[in-house]
Amino acid sequence: MQSAEAQQEPPYFVTYSSVLEEPGNLEIENQNIAATPKDANGFFAPTVEFEYGVTAWWTAEAYLQGQATEHDSSVFTGFRFENRFRPLPREYWINPVLYVEYEDVSAADKSFLEIIGNTSITTQQVPNAALHQEVERSIEGKLILSSDAKGWNFSENIISEKAVNENEAWEFGYALAAARPLSLKASSHHCIFCRQNIAAGAELFGGLGTRYNFGFKQTEQYAGPTVALNAPNGFTYKFSPEFGLNDNSAGVLWRFGVSYEIPQVRDWFRRSK
Amino acid sequence: MKLRLLILTGLVAASAVCFAKANGAWLKSVPQADRERVNPYAGQQDAIAAGRNLFLTNCSHCHGENAGGKGSRPSLRSDRIRTATDGDLAWLLKNGEVFKGMPRWAGLPEQERWQLIAYIRSLNMKTPGGQQ
Repeated sequence: MQSAEAQQEPPYFVTYSSVLEEPGNLEIENQNIAATPKDANGFFAPTVEFEYGVTAWWTAEAYLQGQATEHDSSVFTGFRFENRFRPLPREYWINPVLYVEYEDVSAADKSFLEIIGNTSITTQQVPNAALHQEVERSIEGKLILSSDAKGWNFSENIISEKAVNENEAWEFGYALAAARPLSLKASSHHCIFCRQNIAAGAELFGGLGTRYNFGFKQTEQYAGPTVALNAPNGFTYKFSPEFGLNDNSAGVLWRFGVSYEIPQVRDWFRRSK
Repeated sequence: MKLRLLILTGLVAASAVCFAKANGAWLKSVPQADRERVNPYAGQQDAIAAGRNLFLTNCSHCHGENAGGKGSRPSLRSDRIRTATDGDLAWLLKNGEVFKGMPRWAGLPEQERWQLIAYIRSLNMKTPGGQQ
């Protein structure tokens, strides 16, 4: 099977850029997070993502997620479906993408795919058995803004979420990121560790409270460098240590992920190729 | 109620924007300043070789390994590509033609897009015998 390289995707874990999946391609990603928060048990939380390019302006994605907590248990924490739409036909200095997600996730979720509302890492002290009882079904919207200039990508996400099965206020969050490949020119030779295949950058993300309590007070905030290797065989490897910026946050969240992009899956279902 | 009306209006407006230019021919959309841009790597063998690697990685799944097209996805060995300027092709790679299936490649650094164009140009060079 031929592989496709997710060469133009920035190395972000939390922040979305305006890059969508190429139409017909399916990307399978395993994204993991590990942390040992102060006064709480260490945990490991894997997420599996299936991302499909429906058209050149629409990408759909499904997530399955779980976690294992030291001296506690392993639980499946839920699923998410998301869609990203690119409303404008051309490239501008800043490019919007609209994001809509439905999620059915228990309070035991430790994936940190985004941070919203008023939260604290001390929640992790509560046993899985208690957290897992509380399931939140919610609709999340993001405004993704992204720019590409001189090889750099700059992306900003504004996040809002509303629970549909509970009477909770709108919750808000944000994510900011910038990244660049180490080389802007491709090599004339096949190579794995060429500088053009490695992208590095940084992310900053956190909660912005709720409709009634908007701001940074009582929120988790993280920042850290991020690096990705886009191997020519279709695999992408990502790594990032994210450092907590206040007392509500964990000291460090260690993230690593691997993804594989399968090109033109839709051709498998066409009669003539 | 107001929120629902706002969401509905937004969706209708977004749909209008989405499909308004779906039938436009991309060459007519290229601004003159973009059309006149020149490939800094034109004809350079290193750039053509690098462009071939980029093509095989990013483009061949849709356009075919020999760029001859695949299904409804067009050949890049065509009169349209031959007569387009480097600037036209650079504009298309940057913006894509998203409502007709061609994704944007603005995430690729500009230098790599020029390398790709150098390779695509090399595919469309006619030999003295008239063969490509």
